[in-house]
Amino acid sequence: MDIAFIIEKLILISAILGISLVIAMYTTLAERKFAGFFQDRVGPNRAGPWGLLQPLADGVKLFTKEEIIPTHASTFLFVLGPSLSMFTACITTAVIPWGQDLFLFGRQISLQVADINVGVLYVFGVVSLGVYGVMIGGWASNNKFSLLAAVRSASQNISYEIAMGLSIIALLMMTGTLSLREISEQQSGMNWNVFYQPLGFLIFMICSFAETNRTPFDLPECETELVGGHHTEYSSMKLGFYLFAEYINMFVSSAIMASLYFGGYNYPFMHLISNPNIAALIGVAVFFTKILLFIFFFIWVRWTVPRFRYDQLMKLGWKVLIPLAIVNIALTGTGILIFGK
Amino acid sequence: MNSLTNRKKVLESKQMNFWERIYLPAIINGLSITMKHFFKKRTTVYYPEEKRSFSENFRGLHSLKRDENGAERCTACGLCALSCPAEAITMTAAERKPGEEHLYREEKYASVYEINMLRCIFCGFCEEACPKAAIYLDGDIAKAGYIRDEFIFGKDKLTEPVIK
Repeated sequence: MDIAFIIEKLILISAILGISLVIAMYTTLAERKFAGFFQDRVGPNRAGPWGLLQPLADGVKLFTKEEIIPTHASTFLFVLGPSLSMFTACITTAVIPWGQDLFLFGRQISLQVADINVGVLYVFGVVSLGVYGVMIGGWASNNKFSLLAAVRSASQNISYEIAMGLSIIALLMMTGTLSLREISEQQSGMNWNVFYQPLGFLIFMICSFAETNRTPFDLPECETELVGGHHTEYSSMKLGFYLFAEYINMFVSSAIMASLYFGGYNYPFMHLISNPNIAALIGVAVFFTKILLFIFFFIWVRWTVPRFRYDQLMKLGWKVLIPLAIVNIALTGTGILIFGK
Repeated sequence: MNSLTNRKKVLESKQMNFWERIYLPAIINGLSITMKHFFKKRTTVYYPEEKRSFSENFRGLHSLKRDENGAERCTACGLCALSCPAEAITMTAAERKPGEEHLYREEKYASVYEINMLRCIFCGFCEEACPKAAIYLDGDIAKAGYIRDEFIFGKDKLTEPVIK
């Protein structure tokens, strides 16, 4: 392990962290702006041109607000909750392949922090850790509404993780690998997995809406029933971390959907570009475009679909999505048996 | 039985069919509706920069009028204060001195004329009661403020500027 390798990875990690934070920051603005557009309004437009400084103003506001820790809350866990949420949201990006290798200074630089051969499993592990942030925070607040929200969130995530895992199994049967880089490479050209796994993609997408606590599955912070949900007792930047982690999760799950089903950094006629660096950079741009489109879709759905009732949510998870995912596995198996890969 | 208005709609709650039960067509329909709104013209009026015009009978802030020579019309008869249901108007009368004819039209005038804008309900009764056509509610929207005293408008704020 030489020093150049460490520097290269350090730069990559800081760049990815920075980019994902900035994207999450501006997703908060985009959410409010697009919410306005969907409702024939303008959205925030006072801070800076077109309201572009709004996220900064929000951040400053959250940082300078009074920090309240309830008397009967467990202080350590109360602080741990949002930290864990933020931490798990940030580390998922490590296994996502952002683009093809770059060739700079006579070195081959991989645009992926860690190409581990169990990338998909890693993502799943981190995602299921994410619920602990909400659970610990909700429980440590010592508030009945927070606790209810935490219990809801835990059961919701467990229910939808099963369907998500099952929908991924069908994909893995086709790709034969757990490494996200290899899965991306297999989809070169327009050979995207979504064309072979439309049902699997649908299930995966619905589940990622549930995992990121987005509408129509935003029951953990269901304002009409649970005051503010798991972050009722939170104030200042700890509240900001919870809200921010949701947006990072949205970015990450968009990236995972794009790389698993929508060809990752691949685009048509990629092999015609002779310079590998330019091809790779266009690939990165294409990948981010796909991610942003998915984020837009998340926002679009949020301002369209109303929230599920809790029993409907559970019914959808256990009685519809899981059987459907199993059927999808059987269909994929039959397909592989008949047509080969 | 026929309803009188002919607008009665009989609702039937029948079992949902397969396409309705899988929700997806309904969701896609909803998404297309919101997308239509996404590109619609915004109805927002950017308030401090642009203002919608008031209607003709809009009752805004009061102004104490002057006559064609620039003299104050108010004669401090107190009918406005009497008619005021919110008791927002107070005034002190004074006698016009010789040489002040260009300032006050009548022999008696209001040396102090105050309207408490926190009490005022902008009903316009003062305007109706005034026999001298001295007060009209033809101004702007009442401004917001931080201090209660700011809302007691004296003659300095109410009197119309002299037109030269």
